Amino acid sequence: MKSFKKIEPPTILKHSLFVFLCALCIYPLLLVLGISFSDELEIARNGFSIFPTKISTRAYEFLFTSADTVIRAYLLTIFVTIIGTILSTMMIAMFAYPLSRKDFGPRKVFNGAIVLTLLFSGGLIPWFIVCVNILHINDTILALILPYLMSPWYVVIMRTFFKSSIPDSIIESAKMDGAGELRIFFRIVIQLAAPGMATIALFNTIVYWNDYWINMTLINDPNLFNLQFLMYRVQANIQYLSANAGNLGTAAAEVARNLPSRSAQMAMTVIAIGPIVLAYPFFQRFFVQGITIGSLKE
Amino acid sequence: MTITKRKKPVNWGLMVMMLPGSLALFAFSILPMFGIFIAFKNIDYEKGIFGSDWAGFDNFQFFMTTPDAWTITFNTIAYNVVFIIIGTACALAVALGLEGLRARKATRFYQAVMFLPYFLSWVVISNLVFALLSVDQGVLNLQVMKPLGQPEIMWYQRPELWPFILTFANLWKYVGYTSVIYLAAMMSIDPGFIEAASLEGATRLQIVRRIILPLIANVVVIMVLLQVGRIFFSDFGLFYNVTLNMGSLFPTTQTIDTYVYRTLMNMGDIGMSSAAGLYQSVVGCVVVILANVVVKRIDPDKSLF
Repeated sequence: MKSFKKIEPPTILKHSLFVFLCALCIYPLLLVLGISFSDELEIARNGFSIFPTKISTRAYEFLFTSADTVIRAYLLTIFVTIIGTILSTMMIAMFAYPLSRKDFGPRKVFNGAIVLTLLFSGGLIPWFIVCVNILHINDTILALILPYLMSPWYVVIMRTFFKSSIPDSIIESAKMDGAGELRIFFRIVIQLAAPGMATIALFNTIVYWNDYWINMTLINDPNLFNLQFLMYRVQANIQYLSANAGNLGTAAAEVARNLPSRSAQMAMTVIAIGPIVLAYPFFQRFFVQGITIGSLKE
Repeated sequence: MTITKRKKPVNWGLMVMMLPGSLALFAFSILPMFGIFIAFKNIDYEKGIFGSDWAGFDNFQFFMTTPDAWTITFNTIAYNVVFIIIGTACALAVALGLEGLRARKATRFYQAVMFLPYFLSWVVISNLVFALLSVDQGVLNLQVMKPLGQPEIMWYQRPELWPFILTFANLWKYVGYTSVIYLAAMMSIDPGFIEAASLEGATRLQIVRRIILPLIANVVVIMVLLQVGRIFFSDFGLFYNVTLNMGSLFPTTQTIDTYVYRTLMNMGDIGMSSAAGLYQSVVGCVVVILANVVVKRIDPDKSLF
């Protein structure tokens, strides 16, 4: 033990390295927080800073009073995330559980379908045409939910979870007692596989919360803009205005002055990260456990 | 154990459970596969998708003769290769460092903090990057270059800098996540091995090289191969949003995914876009199959099929 310690770099050095890495991860978030509370004039004069010289909450006031689109987008994102997470987690579990049952005959066909979708995808345009011309879900709230319901990867992970956490004997004895398959699933299987379900639910939450791809492809209706997409739009609009500032007429320049500017852009970022960071201490340990089991267990 | 081979009745309970998932999978994954024929059509809006004339391989010929075809293929593969090599090295280094710290609480804290970026979307990250790189207000220009007496850098006009910026952004987002998996693999090593080696007077470097790395090699190889299987695909948000969709950066940041999106959305060129998309799907599929063959050799439990 002694010789081992001597060769090691001093512990304090290692800790300071990790403190540095952690600072690297946290710094941009604090920077954005600092900018969101900065006075717009100060930003124009001194640039972005993590410590605002003059604290201002105007950006947040602007977002929550003059721009009702932000509140609508926020509520929409919360709604879609909750409904989407519940539906997709249940559907994935209900699809994966039969695949984990050795006595389920047709599982080869369904396993094959999963492998096929992992291997090959039709690509953006056929997917787009299916959504628009066959399912007609473009510009509806369904578009924000349905396309992410099934994810073959999560099915594979969930199947692994069921295989390793549900002993055949439990299912056999429940059957002896006359319980039906659905009853067994909802009363026994789900509870035994709770950690796996929670991991998949967390993955799904992040997928729905962070998505803007659907908005970029299938949504034109501003009432259906979600938070991430609105953030992207604000960013793109400011970009456009500042690039064309010289070419704008006085009326347009007036509009430009009233548009959400840098501090509001960063305030939106803070709003979008907020729930994740606040919930993070509660779910992170769970999540670490989840991906660990999911990736290591056979 | 004897298995009786008699035909079992269909288990309708389980079939019903699979119904919703099957429908969703069919609608959004299987059905689009039949749509690949669009790449062989000369789409005419008047005639509709099915009524449009067949174009044979014309769309592919057009796509392949543009200089874009080579650029986007090269960019997609090159970025992935860099991400895989540097990402794996960094994640391993972080995991080894954490494993060597014997302070449990501190380890858990570091891990949690470095994991956080994984949960942020690319739009969010593009705003973080902008806060650093903005020409007039960015931290790098005003708080680093200026005090050093250096001229400000027009970050968003300099395509040659973006391979580095995007690599850094990608590491920032994913290293914490990957290192969690590697650390878990290291934790599952029998601590007796490491203890015995250090009692014998092995140095930390020897322990890492002779015990830890060989014992987690399988996990590392599988993780790498999973990424190799995706080598023909790119993270759309990283290349589209973090670059702020700047035309000046296309030469070094355009990948197959951004190209397919831009050709469809900005130019409305369905033929070219679907040809590029099918090219990606087919080559991507071949790569996944090859990667899976290798995975199967190493660890049959981890293979897809």
